[in-house]
Amino acid sequence: MLKFIKGHMESIEGIATYPMISLLIFFIFFALLFWWVLTASKEHIQEVSKLPLDDNQPQNPMP
Amino acid sequence: MEIQQFHYDNKIVQKFLYATLFWGIIGMLVGLLLAFLFLFPNLTDGISWLSFGRLRPLHTNAVIFAFVGNAIFAGVYYSTQRLLKARMFSDFLSNFNFWGWQAIIVAAAITLPLGYTTSKEYAELEWPIDLAIALVWVAFGWNLIGTMLRRRQRHLYVAIWFYVATFVTVAVLHIFNSLELPVSWLKSYPVYAGVQDALVQWWYGHNAVAFFLTTPFLGLMYYFVPKAANRPIYSYRLSIVHFWSLIFIYIWAGPHHLLYSALPDWAQNLGVAFSVMLIAPSWGGMINGLLTLRGAWDKVRTSPVLKFMVVAITGYGMATFEGPMLSLKNVNAIAHFSDWIIAHVHVGALAWNGFLTFGMVYWLVPKMYKTKLHSLGLANFHFWIGTLGIILYALPMYVAGFTQALMWKDFNPDGTLVYGNFLETVHEILPMYWMRAVGGTLYIIGVVAMLYNVVATIRSGSKVQDELAEAPALVRVAKRRVAGETYHNWLERKPIQLTIFATVAILIGGIIQIIPTILVKSNIPTIASVKPYTPLELEGRDLYIREGCVGCHSQMVRPFRSEVERYGEYAKAGEFVYDHPFLWGSKRTGPDLLRVGGKYSDNWHLNHMYDPQSTSSGSIMPAYQWLVRNKLDKSDITAKMKAMAKLGVPYSEEEIANAGKDLDAQAEQIEKNLYSDPDFAKSYEADKKEAQASGEPFVEMRDREIVALIAYLQRLGTDIKAEPKAETVTNK
Repeated sequence: MLKFIKGHMESIEGIATYPMISLLIFFIFFALLFWWVLTASKEHIQEVSKLPLDDNQPQNPMP
Repeated sequence: MEIQQFHYDNKIVQKFLYATLFWGIIGMLVGLLLAFLFLFPNLTDGISWLSFGRLRPLHTNAVIFAFVGNAIFAGVYYSTQRLLKARMFSDFLSNFNFWGWQAIIVAAAITLPLGYTTSKEYAELEWPIDLAIALVWVAFGWNLIGTMLRRRQRHLYVAIWFYVATFVTVAVLHIFNSLELPVSWLKSYPVYAGVQDALVQWWYGHNAVAFFLTTPFLGLMYYFVPKAANRPIYSYRLSIVHFWSLIFIYIWAGPHHLLYSALPDWAQNLGVAFSVMLIAPSWGGMINGLLTLRGAWDKVRTSPVLKFMVVAITGYGMATFEGPMLSLKNVNAIAHFSDWIIAHVHVGALAWNGFLTFGMVYWLVPKMYKTKLHSLGLANFHFWIGTLGIILYALPMYVAGFTQALMWKDFNPDGTLVYGNFLETVHEILPMYWMRAVGGTLYIIGVVAMLYNVVATIRSGSKVQDELAEAPALVRVAKRRVAGETYHNWLERKPIQLTIFATVAILIGGIIQIIPTILVKSNIPTIASVKPYTPLELEGRDLYIREGCVGCHSQMVRPFRSEVERYGEYAKAGEFVYDHPFLWGSKRTGPDLLRVGGKYSDNWHLNHMYDPQSTSSGSIMPAYQWLVRNKLDKSDITAKMKAMAKLGVPYSEEEIANAGKDLDAQAEQIEKNLYSDPDFAKSYEADKKEAQASGEPFVEMRDREIVALIAYLQRLGTDIKAEPKAETVTNK
């Protein structure tokens, strides 16, 4: 199967760097994402996840 | 701290809710009519604007953009205001969004049945309407981002991110897929041709599913499921991973719609790889939604809202498990072009989009009208009959898909096809089409019950008023408060930066897939014997587009023994270089037409279009008698050829100047061919005499639409037959 891809890919100049760039983009992207998600503080997560339940109804509605 | 009071705009939500219900019923009824046209093909006999080919895009557009679209706006306008603690940025923009969107739907409901279509799935609307869509969409985005900038809540909840990603991605997709060169007010040709057009179209088509039917609804899920269950989402961390990985990966998966087609293999394989990866974020989201109900399953028993939501999320899980499976080439080889795909999309549409919308409606209406739901029993009835409807719709379509695919591929020991006549494979699945129509009917009965319930609830409730709310004003973040914050905390406060990052994430995939296909020549090997269409064939092709033939007939023979045996040589990328737009199709209710040229006589085509059952006994194709009667409008032919020339089709100045003459000459030849059938000669001459006797105007056969269509059909796929050795490079 690979030979079909190769044939077309070889006609693109500088193709050798593409896979490296793609891999780097993906790795860095997901590494940063998981790093943030895993290090986020618990209070912050709890605060944000409760946002939809906060109804902002006025305590003393104006007449 | 200063507490500010303000009003949420409930009236705009109410308007969008009404529009959702109204267009939902319309779109589904059109779908039901189509389901019955499978069983009674001549149900709308002779009425061109009620023919199957023209109504199919009306059904898909009405359900996607009118029903689901209005539901998205209703949910987004309700939840955004509350999540950001602010009224929408501009009442004018809100109303412009509403009325503009309804005007676009009305324009679609008029132009599609009249045959004004680009033929590109879910992007059928012609260029003036495309411009209007862009304008209204920008108004929506402006309103959304404006509200984010005026918010009183520092952190942007994950639902808002989904809305923002929806806005930017749909804008990008719509603009790039709608690049077209106008010929007249309601006719245009896409700038891309053949393989490139196919790739851009399915990059769009797939992501229309991703960013119109999925991401906004995930946003709604992240808001309304916690609301209805009265508990926060199961894992907010998971929702962050869900969001970024979903939008990052989704945008690459489009080519799975073109497996085994003439699309370069590297692009096909890239699409497969990303489609398989997609299961991770999709199921992450589904699990997050379902687990929100942990410890609250008892509520599901009593609350119709939660019931609808549970089935919706389950439907999402099923459809997104099936999607990656369908993207595997060996599964796709069976499923593609068959009714399996119809089952797949309806699990998505009826369960995920439909049921989440219904859940949202049952939750929102009593809340906004400050009352109780009129009848809980009726809502439960809706739930059960709707669920039964989905099952009765989807299961028969799966069976139909397997049956047809297996029959298409069945060989005798001597190497011939067991079911050489395509109609045999159609007749076998007619009972499934019956069951599907019953399933669809049940689903619609449920929706009608909801409509009654909602109307009764609204009547008993109080008038919708803009809701008073209060929240402290947002103060600038002090330096010391951000001391320990991480990058993503920062991003969550910054709407503009978030928008930019989301755009970058979705652009990467699009750019890597599409630019090489457009720029690298060797991806589309040229074939010397492939020539542009003659003027008459071009007119015929436009009729093929107008009538929506592409809805039931593909023009893409895949490189399988069964298909080559049935239809002829498999399709090559170089055959489509002058096809603006491509007409590969996505469904085979009838046989593939790529190699139909020269297969039948001109008379056969005439008789077949006039009365399909006369040439093909038991055919479920509707008659196209108006094509046989109508005069062909040739007035645009020069403009059409000039437009094509501008797009790179090598018409010489001379060919363009002589277009009218060439067209007439070819039409006369076809008329002559038709005379070879004595039956035709007799009845046609009789018609002519009768018209002369009564003094009625008579349109010569050579001037009628059918002649152009015959010219096009007879040309189809014949170029490579002419010089089989002229092919310079093969693709497979």
